[in-house]
Amino acid sequence: MAKPISLPYLATSAVAGVIFGAGLYISGMVNPLKVLRFLDFTAIPSGGWDPSLAFVMVPAVVVMFVAVRLGRRNQKPVFANNFHEPEFKRIDTPLVVGAALFGIGWGMSGICPGPAIANIAFWPQYLVIYLLALFVGSYGGSVIIPSGREKRLALAK
Amino acid sequence: MDSFTPIPATIGGLLIGLSAAILWLGNGRIAGISGIFGQLLPPAQTVVWRLVFLVALVGGTFVAADLLPQLGNRPESLVPAPAWFAGGTTVWIAISGVLTGLGTKIGNGCTSGHGVCGLARLSTRSFVAVGVFFVVAIITVTLTGIV
Repeated sequence: MAKPISLPYLATSAVAGVIFGAGLYISGMVNPLKVLRFLDFTAIPSGGWDPSLAFVMVPAVVVMFVAVRLGRRNQKPVFANNFHEPEFKRIDTPLVVGAALFGIGWGMSGICPGPAIANIAFWPQYLVIYLLALFVGSYGGSVIIPSGREKRLALAK
Repeated sequence: MDSFTPIPATIGGLLIGLSAAILWLGNGRIAGISGIFGQLLPPAQTVVWRLVFLVALVGGTFVAADLLPQLGNRPESLVPAPAWFAGGTTVWIAISGVLTGLGTKIGNGCTSGHGVCGLARLSTRSFVAVGVFFVVAIITVTLTGIV
């Protein structure tokens, strides 16, 4: 079976990346204001609420749900030896605290990591600040919580 | 509701799902952007595909915008800080980025990894994470009055 740096493996990554980027643009989720207009539930009574984000999430999850079922039947991916499915199952404090911190960051700007990367195509004002900060935060997080499957599983015991 | 765009949103969502499906069935990898971005440092062997994916993602956005400019989804700027915040937009955006980087690292995922892939895998951790970050984001938007 192909190693992670084989040509088909990288071509698959490239195709997936292009489609993801196109999906983010077409859906409108590259525009942080559109995301914020979804998150602003106070606009519901006035009719100013934009439910578009839900119309992005649902079909995305449905398509991926089918793919996960197909994958379980095939047992292994086409260009790799195994599915990298997270084995860590426990609901722990880092999960909840991390999701809450991300929720604050997301609500402050309407940007999450996917659209942040996609917006490199447009280079809007302040994006560079966001990307640097994202890297710093992510690096800081890896210092606080050891990353890597073995370390996390060991820590959970 | 003049800004509500259900058809492009659904098409975009289908494409995002398709991308995640291709990466999963082809390479056995989860299309979680915070994970792909956050692990750009070693282990070296996995850095290559991550970089290829991210560069292609930027390319896909660029080409889609070039072909479909009438959708008008291209932002000129990130959203400025609310007027009450004395620190200015640069500081506001920096705080937002640090919290997102930190939170997605220790919580193991963002809108794509937990939101799209995790829910599709019926992961309990992802259901919890998605519930928490959506509710907290909605509260944050309400309290800050950013829109």
